Amino acid sequence: MTGPIRSARGFWAGAAAAVLVAALLCFFVSYEYFFFAAYIVLLFVTLATAWNILGGYAGYVNFGTPAFFGVGSYTAVVLIQAAGAPLALQIVAGAVMAGLLGLFAGALTLRLRGIFFAIATVALIFILETVFINWRYVGGATGLQLLRPEPLPPFKSYTTMLFFVMALLAVGSVAVARYIEGSWIGRGLRALRDNEEAAEANGVPTLKLKLFACTVMGAIMGAAGAPMPMYLSFVEPASTFNLNYTIGALGGAIIGGTSHWSGPIIGAMLVGTLQQIITVTISGEVNVLVLGVLLVLFVIVAPDGIIGWFRRKR
Amino acid sequence: MSIDLLLEAILFGILLGCFYAAVSIGLSVSFGLLDVPHVAHPALMVFGSYCTYLLASTGLDPIICGVILMPVFFVLGVLVYRFYYETFEKRGTEAGVRGLAFFFGIAFIIEIGLILVFGVDQRTVEAAYIGSSLELGEYRVPYRMLVAFGVALALTLALALYLSKTFMGRAIKAVAQDEPALRLMGANPVQVKQWAFGIATGVSALAGAMLIIVGPVEPALDRLYIGRTFCVVVLAGLGSMTGTLAAGLILGIAESVVLMLFGASWAPAVAFSLLLLVLGVRPQGLFGR
Amino acid sequence: MSEPLLRVAGVSKHFGGFTALSDVNIDLAEGERFGLIGPNGSGKTTLINCISGALRNDGGSIRFRGEEISTLPAYQRTRRGIARSFQIPRPFHSMTVLENLLVPSAYVIHLKDEEGEVKAMEILRGMGLAERARSPANQLSQVELRKLELARAMAARPKLLISDEAMAGLAGAEVDEVLQILFKLNEQGITIIMIEHIMQAVMRFSQRVICLDAGKIICEGAPAQIVANPDVQKAYLGA
Repeated sequence: MTGPIRSARGFWAGAAAAVLVAALLCFFVSYEYFFFAAYIVLLFVTLATAWNILGGYAGYVNFGTPAFFGVGSYTAVVLIQAAGAPLALQIVAGAVMAGLLGLFAGALTLRLRGIFFAIATVALIFILETVFINWRYVGGATGLQLLRPEPLPPFKSYTTMLFFVMALLAVGSVAVARYIEGSWIGRGLRALRDNEEAAEANGVPTLKLKLFACTVMGAIMGAAGAPMPMYLSFVEPASTFNLNYTIGALGGAIIGGTSHWSGPIIGAMLVGTLQQIITVTISGEVNVLVLGVLLVLFVIVAPDGIIGWFRRKR
Repeated sequence: MSIDLLLEAILFGILLGCFYAAVSIGLSVSFGLLDVPHVAHPALMVFGSYCTYLLASTGLDPIICGVILMPVFFVLGVLVYRFYYETFEKRGTEAGVRGLAFFFGIAFIIEIGLILVFGVDQRTVEAAYIGSSLELGEYRVPYRMLVAFGVALALTLALALYLSKTFMGRAIKAVAQDEPALRLMGANPVQVKQWAFGIATGVSALAGAMLIIVGPVEPALDRLYIGRTFCVVVLAGLGSMTGTLAAGLILGIAESVVLMLFGASWAPAVAFSLLLLVLGVRPQGLFGR
Repeated sequence: MSEPLLRVAGVSKHFGGFTALSDVNIDLAEGERFGLIGPNGSGKTTLINCISGALRNDGGSIRFRGEEISTLPAYQRTRRGIARSFQIPRPFHSMTVLENLLVPSAYVIHLKDEEGEVKAMEILRGMGLAERARSPANQLSQVELRKLELARAMAARPKLLISDEAMAGLAGAEVDEVLQILFKLNEQGITIIMIEHIMQAVMRFSQRVICLDAGKIICEGAPAQIVANPDVQKAYLGA
């Protein structure tokens, strides 16, 4: 990828344009369902981008997206229940808690081979789900209904406001991923992905870098999870700690391409849009099936994803 | 908490544990010995449960169904491994990452496929031994658990014997430890691994039959069993067959006691928590290589 | 003379019930050219894995420039001046040859990329790899990969370089090429441990040779002595 996407000014111009477009959409579109659906697409962009920091750059595939996402959601719920906290605080707190979870989970298992880390992330999901099922303060197994407060001016609807917030999170997460990718940290991550033992022998502090990537990934996913309870006006463990988020994040990144920050954006937009179309016209299950098939196909045939395919065309 | 309740929980836990060992033994071979990141193992097993369900509707005993399915699943396993080898393992380097994503995708496809065909409702099978219990003094032991226990024990012992006494079995163990040496002995490592994966999958068919005997199945059950099977395999130590039995018993008893003390809403977390504990404290497991 | 550059004292390593190394003692002086030989499975790679930090030794101590390093992770040992090349080359395959060298350049020497590239190109020129600087590492030939291994190790500006069978599988002229590179590096003051099966290379290169067998040192001395030693011959030809 050369030209405008590579340069910093080009990127920030594009980012500003994206935010501007989001803002304009907020004021000129009154079809509520659009924001409802677009929120999910932007959510997947954020999740896939975050996933890619550890899964793509460092090569540590993991399935734990729902764990970090869910911790973000439930942190928000606790703050809402305890103190009626504003959305901004929920997001920051969600990021912090999920980031700490990433650090903890990483410290526990990133010394081991990749597959053990991946399985450990699945374990996290189920353990957390069980914990929240048994915690009645946040609704337990049946969940909790939540009342939306008034949207902050100038927004006229809460959904629209959430859409804009998620747009900011998406742009922010891409900026973070891009920074990491191009920095010396990114080079170290790539080295350890290519050959961990050789990276270590060449001065790369592999464990520290992995922990860093895992913490950042967790934090971004937690931030993305925090607005979800308000988005649905409802929260419950089963749908929050659902492996479907995994396949969306992982699938989006792998289908789009894991070597560059643009990959997860493309992949997640494709996956998110497909999800909306298929779920509404056929069923939620068929959507997941299509996603699974796409994932398997890409992993076999086009492991560098969509951007890899474009690169080879040039 | 009375001693009687505790003893009953432990007794049930032993039966349950043996069952867990049997459903994990396929993974012990495919992941423990062959290093395949086979997160789709539980999904294949649940698929085996549904196949048993279909076959059993013709009136056959579920265990017989499971045995009939074993050669079919053996062939399936050989094909899956061959495909995995040609596409991922042979190309080295990034194989682990993509192999993991591949099997994860397969697990999802199987699960959703089952939902689309059978729906999300639970399915059960019927047999003479399902529904009634054996009375041993103060304790009631469900017959279906005894049957599962018996089959599980037989299966585990049979596989352990196969691996240590037959030429192919020892070749399988060798390929895990020293592939170049195996080549020098004239055996083709890929064929050995293929055969081993086939056995692991064939065993999963019988495991699936036991699964639906022990309790109702639903498509999403594989997610829970990822925790249980990997917990057993990791706790045992990769590649140890006898360890699988011991680890299964530990998990079974732990789960049973937690079930008794804290109720059904906490029991699913036991396997996953034990798994995390083992990974954090002693990742090579009890008898690992 | 003060303490040797590297002092390996009483080092042992077990894998389960198998003893890979037992009571290994080596003193390495600065600037020395040291050969390590032994049949397959004798523990050579295990020993250098323990020195470089890829493995932790179970017993004994390893002191480098007066400091005990046996508890340090590998990347910290590299930062203290121990570099190694791998027996089977392990390039960073998603990067170019130049970028491969930028990893130690950034992580060991802490150079920014502009300066790092200049230094890296110098090293590549010295190895005869300069034209391949922009090539992806996964397109290199065997001998080029071996040179890349050494070049990358050099980019870390080591005091001690461990060359693990850098010439394995290479033909005559290629062996000489790599040997010349190692001689040149030694002239620049780098202490070198060479592990090789190609005897004539070990004999030409080493000032001192140690032979390992089944995890123990069975002979130590000048190259001519080692070759003549009956224990060494038995170890290689089998009992």
